[in-house]
Amino acid sequence: MVKEIEKAGITIVQMANLIPVAKSVGANRMVPTISIPYPLGDPNTSLDEQWKLRYKRVGWALDALTTEIEDQTLFEG
Amino acid sequence: MKKGILYLNQFFGQIGGEDKADFAPIIKDGVVGAGMILNSILDTAEISHTIICGDNFMGSNEDEAVDKILKYLEDKEFDIFFAGPAFQAGRYGNACGVICKAIKEKFDVPVISSMHIENPGVEMFKKDVYIFQGGDSAAKMKNDMTEMAEFGNKLLKGEVLKTAEEEGYYVRGIRREIYRADSKPANVRAIEMLLKKINGEDFVSELPIPELRRVEIAAPIKNLSEAKIAIVTTGGIVPVDNPDRIQSASATRWGRYSIVGMDRLANRESEAFKTIHAGYDPAAADADPNVCVPLDALRQYEKDGKIGSIHEYFYTTVGTGTTEAEAARMSKEMVELLIEDKVDGVILTST
Repeated sequence: MVKEIEKAGITIVQMANLIPVAKSVGANRMVPTISIPYPLGDPNTSLDEQWKLRYKRVGWALDALTTEIEDQTLFEG
Repeated sequence: MKKGILYLNQFFGQIGGEDKADFAPIIKDGVVGAGMILNSILDTAEISHTIICGDNFMGSNEDEAVDKILKYLEDKEFDIFFAGPAFQAGRYGNACGVICKAIKEKFDVPVISSMHIENPGVEMFKKDVYIFQGGDSAAKMKNDMTEMAEFGNKLLKGEVLKTAEEEGYYVRGIRREIYRADSKPANVRAIEMLLKKINGEDFVSELPIPELRRVEIAAPIKNLSEAKIAIVTTGGIVPVDNPDRIQSASATRWGRYSIVGMDRLANRESEAFKTIHAGYDPAAADADPNVCVPLDALRQYEKDGKIGSIHEYFYTTVGTGTTEAEAARMSKEMVELLIEDKVDGVILTST
């Protein structure tokens, strides 16, 4: 999916838990998430902590969208 | 008799379904479940132990999972290691590849798995592991287990192996010197190929160039504070009534749903959004869909002025068991609308 959208010239960042899989299928800008069932907020932590985690990682994703890259790149703050 | 070890995920290891996907690895004596098929065809060895591990546990805590399993096996004697078959299950394929590679590095025994060609584990691990060309679902269990076992027999008997294509596993890219039955030297073969090429006839190269699975990197967004950003997810977040009837697995349908005026996605209990994805435990995403579609965080960035605006729809489908061809087709359909609505950037979340 990432490839088709990127092929159209739309800048895209993939937020994924299994980064090696994202890499192997050809994502160029990637941000790691914390798990598969809850990528951006661990329900065992407080709502405030979940929010902070999500805000931070979405921020990394936005930074990825504005960054010039030459190869597949992982953005983690 | 020689000994073998089999790795299965929580489902095939009979621990449980998605709700047990966080299951930490254990080791059991003997065979479990479909391991019986493997054991019955394996006549050169017996499966002495079965390792069972949850797919999410391996995906999210890889180092810990691998360490634990390697420790379990430190005092065991074994001659061969099997994992799967993983069919088209991406996380299971990843897990089989990860553990096979680690076992091979530490114990230097042959490692064998089986996956469907669309399993991302194939591309990731085919160089390190004998991965057989398996079926797309557990209906092919017997067939795939049989292939793994028969190849195991060959390896343990020390039989002369044929090429990857002839044996039935994915090409690892290893070259070996062979004596050709036709004794035809390379210069003659090359000229023959060249002539066929000139005449427009089919020929099979002896040095296939691997297909690059990459696309050109899109240019960075210059003015994020003026950009329109869209969220796309393969996590199966939909309105509770799933109006487009997107399938829970092997999806061929997708939807886009308005988020105008919403600060965050309300949850299943408030009859707003839920997940229909059958490949992970829905509890967390049902309770708070923003863990998968982070609208609340993106709204804050919109308020902060970091981004210009959020596209009025989010786009969604289910990424489990979905073929690459279907995913490509659905994305192309999404792209038309994204372009029409002048979207500058996309955040795609996957589960």
